[in-house]
Amino acid sequence: MNEERNVKIRVRNLSKVFGSQPKKALELRDQGLKRPEILDKTGQTLGLSNIDFDVHEGELLVIMGLSGSGKSTLIRCLNRLIEPTEGEIVIDGEDIPTLGEKALLECRRRHFSMVFQNFALFPHRTVQKNAEFGLEIRGIDPAERSEIARTALKQVGLDGWEDAYPSQLSGGMQQRVGLARALANDASVLLMDEAFSALDPLIRGDMQQELLQLQSRMQKTTVFITHDLDEALTIGDRIVLLKDGEIVQIGTPEEILTKPADDYVRRFIEGVDKARILTAESAMRRVRSTVRDSDGPRTALRKMREHGLDSIYIIDRDQQLIGLIEAEAASQALEQGKERVTDVMTQDFRRVTLEEPMHHLFAMFSEHSFPIAVVDDQQRLLGVVVKGAVLDQLAQAAEPTQIAEPSTTTTAGDA
Amino acid sequence: MAIEIPRIPLGGWIEGALTWLTSEYSMVTRAISRATQTGINGLNDALMWLPPWALLLIIVAICWKVANARLAIGGAAGLALIWNLGLWNPMIETLTLVVIATLVAVVIAIPVGITAALSERLYRTIMPVLDFMQTMPAFVYLIPAIPFFGIGSVSAIFATVIFSMPPAIRFTTLGIRQVPKELIEAADAYGATRGQKLVKVQLPLSLPTVMAGINQTIMLALSMVVIAAMIGADGLGSEVWRAIQRLRPGDGFEAGIAVVILAMLLDRLTQALSKERKS
Repeated sequence: MNEERNVKIRVRNLSKVFGSQPKKALELRDQGLKRPEILDKTGQTLGLSNIDFDVHEGELLVIMGLSGSGKSTLIRCLNRLIEPTEGEIVIDGEDIPTLGEKALLECRRRHFSMVFQNFALFPHRTVQKNAEFGLEIRGIDPAERSEIARTALKQVGLDGWEDAYPSQLSGGMQQRVGLARALANDASVLLMDEAFSALDPLIRGDMQQELLQLQSRMQKTTVFITHDLDEALTIGDRIVLLKDGEIVQIGTPEEILTKPADDYVRRFIEGVDKARILTAESAMRRVRSTVRDSDGPRTALRKMREHGLDSIYIIDRDQQLIGLIEAEAASQALEQGKERVTDVMTQDFRRVTLEEPMHHLFAMFSEHSFPIAVVDDQQRLLGVVVKGAVLDQLAQAAEPTQIAEPSTTTTAGDA
Repeated sequence: MAIEIPRIPLGGWIEGALTWLTSEYSMVTRAISRATQTGINGLNDALMWLPPWALLLIIVAICWKVANARLAIGGAAGLALIWNLGLWNPMIETLTLVVIATLVAVVIAIPVGITAALSERLYRTIMPVLDFMQTMPAFVYLIPAIPFFGIGSVSAIFATVIFSMPPAIRFTTLGIRQVPKELIEAADAYGATRGQKLVKVQLPLSLPTVMAGINQTIMLALSMVVIAAMIGADGLGSEVWRAIQRLRPGDGFEAGIAVVILAMLLDRLTQALSKERKS
């Protein structure tokens, strides 16, 4: 996760003022005034101020903030649905704010697909025609675009619904159409503006999982806007935290949770901080399968395949954990004719007890990708903790902080 | 000490302007006049050429197709009554005027309406003009029509177009402005040009509203071509006009009822059409 990736979009010094005298507002900003004072003095709203961040090739970057934080403005500045007041937005060497009208259209077609909070499907077009929209705009010929759109609809699980109209679909299905429209377009960046916020929680969870699956398959550069910490933690490779039009912190979910940049972030993740009283036990899952020390690599491979695992823990007769074998090592062992899994097992994984505090588990995941083994004091394997489960637990603990309260009290207190 | 405020010669100015227009542009008005008259005669002859029962059957078939059996039956009964009262030919003349006036009005109104929806400046210029056009008593349009196009059907068309055009413009503008902002944003996000946005998103979504405007225009056109009998337009209006002059209320009501039947038929038919488009 931490390896250097190519920068897809570079945003520097981006600001947006809503109002007729942006220059004046920016001058005051440079004198150190904040949004409320600038509004008082000039009647101009400082929507975004000095935003710097990069979007890496293939990552899912979440921009998160409460309402009024400027996140919707920010995502719209990227494709200039809102004109930025100043700053650079460079995508593949093109500085978007300087593009002429024609070049901008071309840039939108090539680089950006967008999914909207309220779906924004065309009610007069069928599901199929909605999915084709971006291609149609680009002038792709009908047979080809129909084929591409069909494939995209299949990807989001909507095959068979091609001829339905959006009004005949549920909210979740409508947003799948929105997603298919974006995927069919095959632009280099996917912009998702609170894409799942209008869906009910169960459907939202499903869509998040599906997005993650799509993401692991397609590695599409994605900028995802949300006000929901749970969502940000679940899907984000990195999170940009916005407050009052400024960036408070940029980091991986772990970094945000473990090293909050300031009090605001700390308060924001207060609920998540309950993680400190959560332990490995709450995130632990039953071990799906293990191998015995007497088993051969062939058995290990078969079990991994059966259960869809990349590695498997080895236990002895007394259920004691003695090692771990990876799929790769097992197949090598098989080729080399080694008979016992213990010949190629590794000790390079972490074992913890049930009482291990949850926030320690984060650090471990950044060192190892294997599931963490949970053992009792006799070193018997009780279960494993996988990364997703930790985040799930933390996100659930974070639920109360989704309410906007912490921030409103902050602003009231500041003012 | 009484100060005498001179009367502003507004009427004189307008007359001056009209005289100037008629003399300067007589070439143009005469050409328009000839073209319109040809159109009226052509359509009139075509509709008259068909025997009444044949036209009746065609209209009933259209009603059946776009609306329902009820409208078809009602339409058949109404048209049969008009035929029976001997008002078939005047009815055809009125229908011709309505059709042509509506066509001209719509051809002008839709592009104007679209432009007004997309340009705030034109919108602000055109709305007071539309208010003027709609609130000016309809009869007043008849007066300048005569010097321009002479007595008769062409003048009637001219006055009718002016009087009936505003709703088509207004509804077109309204329809396009009512297209949800998110959808415009979606079209923009995918890189649609203005033209693509208009053709693929704004026009299709405003169609039901535009159709409602056209329906209004037809209704206004019908009322105006009846009034236009005063400047020599043929049709049911001239039957009413004659009945007034000869003090024959019976004849007047017969022609009036024929107008009502025609109005209802046209109204239901266009409404059914716009509903069909919607679904």
